[in-house]
Amino acid sequence: MLNVGKIEEGFVLDHIKAGRSLDIYEHLQLDKLDCTVAIIKNARSGKMGKKDILKVECDIDMLDLDVLAFIDHNITVNVIKNGDIVEKKVLVLPAQIKNVIRCHNPRCITSIEQELPHIFYLADAEKESYRCKYCEEKYTETAKINR
Amino acid sequence: MRHLMSPLDFTPKELDQLFDLANDIERSPSKYAHACDGKILATCFYEPSTRTRLSFESAMIRLGGRVIGFSDAASSSASKGESVSDTIRIISCYADICAMRHPKEGAPMVAAEKSGIPVINAGDGGHQHPTQTLTDLLTIRSLKGSLGNFTIGLCGDLKFGRTVHSLINALVRYDNIRFLFISPEELKCPDYITEMLREKGISYSEVIRLEDVMPELDLLYMTRVQKERFFNEEDYIRLKDFYILDTAKMELAGRDMLVLHPLPRVNEISVEVDADPRAAYFRQAQYGVYVRMALILTLLESV
Repeated sequence: MLNVGKIEEGFVLDHIKAGRSLDIYEHLQLDKLDCTVAIIKNARSGKMGKKDILKVECDIDMLDLDVLAFIDHNITVNVIKNGDIVEKKVLVLPAQIKNVIRCHNPRCITSIEQELPHIFYLADAEKESYRCKYCEEKYTETAKINR
Repeated sequence: MRHLMSPLDFTPKELDQLFDLANDIERSPSKYAHACDGKILATCFYEPSTRTRLSFESAMIRLGGRVIGFSDAASSSASKGESVSDTIRIISCYADICAMRHPKEGAPMVAAEKSGIPVINAGDGGHQHPTQTLTDLLTIRSLKGSLGNFTIGLCGDLKFGRTVHSLINALVRYDNIRFLFISPEELKCPDYITEMLREKGISYSEVIRLEDVMPELDLLYMTRVQKERFFNEEDYIRLKDFYILDTAKMELAGRDMLVLHPLPRVNEISVEVDADPRAAYFRQAQYGVYVRMALILTLLESV
């Protein structure tokens, strides 16, 4: 078993579906942060068989984790301070997501208007459904992730 | 500052105030003949729609205001590649209020986000056409006396017809309305609408034959089967004349039943029905001007 050392301050994102850690890395725009990131792929998990883990050493205010709930609300977010877990964050579906998914309705203004962000709002929290702010087209799993 | 993107942007109470104003304009038009002196309406129509555009222009001119604008994308800067955001920033310098029609869904909302003046969605593709819904509601309230306690039949293309979807969404906010959906199997009301009615506990039925339900109706809302919505010409030809309202069918209806239609009609209402006092679709077009006058006044006051 590969060992990755403890972090002093930051986040440990656990129970990521095996193979999805790079998607999460991109969504959180970790490539743009000057911090230490450990990507652990296919770690053994009693619950999931295999899982991915991301360890991010950064100031805990630096990351917008709202998007995680949209991607996979089963991810466990541990907040680390002074080397200890100080909080386990509960992921809540964000009311709005910006430039995470694209509207694929060819009749939507987002298909032609330059630099218009792709904004989806939470239309039904129970059904976890999102709709495009502009054309109200429902987001479906077949729609592709933006980045 | 307020805009109008969807009929649901106004609460039922605000709609009542708007319709009271529209009815006052109807009763005393001269009182409002100079209400918009010195004001300019820009009609930015990226696709042709003669009736809606003329209705807006007539409304502004009847209020004493003036109108500038374009009637298709080819005669606008869009043909040079200008974005909606840039166009509305420029229009905001030229006019006090803007009515925008655009083939792309959500374009008027983009305009509203960047605009310095109120924007009215005058139709965005197959998405929303709020002033048509306001027209329908004002017509029903004016001719029936209230927006509740009636059975309304919606007939024709209930699948693609945005005016129908929009009207249903607006009517569910009122009490004791029963919906009868009259359509061929291929043009039935979408599931998300019937699901919404079931969730709200609102009564509805779906039938194919118009004759069967005519005696039950207080209102009949006819729609045109739109050729542009079909991928297959054969389907369009087969369905376009599925319903034709004629005098024989009108004889089955109650004496107070009213027939509405967003217009233009093609064959779905026989010309012989026009002389029937229950045919309200031309009065509906007149209410379209009154409601747009009331809307222009209300939005200009919000600036």
